[in-house]
Amino acid sequence: MGINGGQALIRALEREGVEVLFGLPGGAILPVYDPLIDSPIRHILVRHEQGAGHMAEGFAHATGRVGVAMVTSGPAATNIVTPLCDAYMDSVPMVCITGQVPSTAIGTDAFQECDTVGITRSVTKHNELVTRAEDIPMAIRQAFYIATTGRPGPVLVDIPKDIVDPANPRSAMDWYWPSDAEVAASLPGYKPHTKGDPVAIRQAAELINRSVKPVIYAGGGILKARAAEVLRVLAELCDLPVVTTLMARGAFPDDHPLCLGMPGMHGNFTAITAMQEADLLIALGSRFDDRVTGRLDGFAPSAKIIHVDIDPAELGKVRRPDVPIVGDCRSVIEELVAALQALGGSAAQPDRSVWKQQLSGWREKFPLTYENLEPGEGHVKPQFVLERLRSLTPSDTIVASGVGQHQMWTSQYWKFNHPYTWVNSGGLGTMGFSIPAAIGAKVGRPDRMVWAIDGDGCFQMTAQELVTASAERIPIKVAILNNAYLGMVRQWQEMFYDERYSEVYLSPDLPDYVKWAEAMGCAAMRVESTDEVDAAIEKANAINDRPVVIEFRTDAREKVFPMVPAGKGNSEVMVDPSQQAELARIRALGL
Amino acid sequence: MSVISNYHTLVVLVENKPGVLARVAGLFARRGFNIHSLAVAPTEDERISRITIVADTASSPVEQVVKQLDKLINVVKIDELAPQDSVEQELLMATVQASVGERSKVLELCQIFSAKVLDTGMQEMMVRLAGSPAKLDDFEQLLRPLGISAIQRTGRVALPRLDHSVLGASLRSLN
Repeated sequence: MGINGGQALIRALEREGVEVLFGLPGGAILPVYDPLIDSPIRHILVRHEQGAGHMAEGFAHATGRVGVAMVTSGPAATNIVTPLCDAYMDSVPMVCITGQVPSTAIGTDAFQECDTVGITRSVTKHNELVTRAEDIPMAIRQAFYIATTGRPGPVLVDIPKDIVDPANPRSAMDWYWPSDAEVAASLPGYKPHTKGDPVAIRQAAELINRSVKPVIYAGGGILKARAAEVLRVLAELCDLPVVTTLMARGAFPDDHPLCLGMPGMHGNFTAITAMQEADLLIALGSRFDDRVTGRLDGFAPSAKIIHVDIDPAELGKVRRPDVPIVGDCRSVIEELVAALQALGGSAAQPDRSVWKQQLSGWREKFPLTYENLEPGEGHVKPQFVLERLRSLTPSDTIVASGVGQHQMWTSQYWKFNHPYTWVNSGGLGTMGFSIPAAIGAKVGRPDRMVWAIDGDGCFQMTAQELVTASAERIPIKVAILNNAYLGMVRQWQEMFYDERYSEVYLSPDLPDYVKWAEAMGCAAMRVESTDEVDAAIEKANAINDRPVVIEFRTDAREKVFPMVPAGKGNSEVMVDPSQQAELARIRALGL
Repeated sequence: MSVISNYHTLVVLVENKPGVLARVAGLFARRGFNIHSLAVAPTEDERISRITIVADTASSPVEQVVKQLDKLINVVKIDELAPQDSVEQELLMATVQASVGERSKVLELCQIFSAKVLDTGMQEMMVRLAGSPAKLDDFEQLLRPLGISAIQRTGRVALPRLDHSVLGASLRSLN
């Protein structure tokens, strides 16, 4: 059947099950926007291409499905590089379509031309410049296949204008839809390995059965593999404590007795110390990131390592595992559970009462803590805002955060009891992530309440997407923790640069966040004292016809604790000042 | 080329498509791996090219280099060839100073090494030698005192020794 490349592209997206596109049209992609009018695909018109990319990521985080962004050539493509890199670092399945100048103009420095494939090569799982209209369906099928299988990631498809423009004879083609077998055959070098080696799985089971101080180190791969349920089966079967990394918050419920919470630079004392003291780390879909390990040569010195990851390059990249297992987390954990059951299951576990007592002792002595204020006394504590937000919102609320202190406090104080409720930029640490990501999450899960927790610095980077949210009636809720500073940088300058504050002050009043939010079509409130917090949150929760922004004036002096200072080992973790004396005491006794 | 101590020869079969070499080279740059030499050419299967990379593995373990390369979608197969398991060849071209009366010195070396004279001018001669990289090193060293005005080496290419060959079988299986 005769069709043009632009129609084929839209039809291919429909066939891939795409319901939502986040994008912004422009010259080179213009012909594709015409057949879009006749498509059931919903298009969310963003105000900046970076927003389209983060929205696609937020959509993918919340739904587990591919997020799709479509933008034009040149500056639009460069604007979406940050989200691509973000998605690459956090293994987010995403497909990005970019327009390109006509094939005949490529290489001539044409208007809005840039080498998109060259620029994005190192921040995508794969990218491809399509040069013939008839290759479009296969390129789209490959993109979705690559983005969603193996270790997920972003794939970019660059489409020159001439092959989608009906006015150009090069756009004429016959429609066809490649079969799964044809797609696989077209990628001779791509064969993701999902089944774990049974011998290694059996070795892992034996190690678990011998360990008296085990810890499951659960990473984002658990969520990508949809393995949260089977992780719980594994933990409960063998009574194994679990830490959930920043990318895995919600993969194991925080209210579960075996959950130790988040490890790492700003993790809680028990999670950090449990990993340090463990005799066995069962790393499932985690990658020994520097923010988790601290100084590498001092990390978990006595632990044997079982490392399960679908990406073979992660095994041994940072820490050499004793039992490496390449495979999909869900499939491998299922096999591991079967192997453990065959070896006697819970009855075969050694006595771990000393370890359990140690863990509960640490939890009791070193909980997350902060010094709250009496109502009306000074600025609101950011941790208090998060505790109240958590209490006053439904248990399955999706929360998206920006990057910095507010992100760490959210990860610490939000109790994550459901998978796919935490949307954040872990690897790349992209300030400005939260608002577009929250919009994408809300589009994907309109049934859920979605809160963006943002800092004042982050908010100023991507706030314009609230116009998108208003125009498209996407009622997200935003809490700005306004401490008038680039707070995390301020914290480092206070602690490690002798309180010499360099370029971190932003002003609490400039901009006027309430006016700004209102100008963007949002309901907006300002909260300046502790006793106003609950009422504002309840009011925001009741507004569902437009986005809501609450600006909380928070205490700029607050720092995130615990903290493992950069370059230090995890054994040197600093706890809240109120707990330091006790920590020094028990350290002297050998923990 | 001086003798390389910490190197591995990687034979990388890739899809013969535009931009694939840039992906491979870009990966080395981004991950901080060093390429000592690189040779690329199509294989007997027109869909596949063979890239022979001599990678400096002093800075990063070869296992990590191979695993990262294998993640590239267009990389079909990687063989790591230890020197004792492979036949390595390289080609050298050099222009050497050789005035009319001095030509015999160059010719003598060419004869010893079985090198070929490609061109002869009034003041210079152009010679070619193909062989093992070590042999080329020797030849280059002996030419040097005569005065080399231009030299070009291709970087090594390699195939597994025949009794170890799995490469041919895997290529055939692609057909």
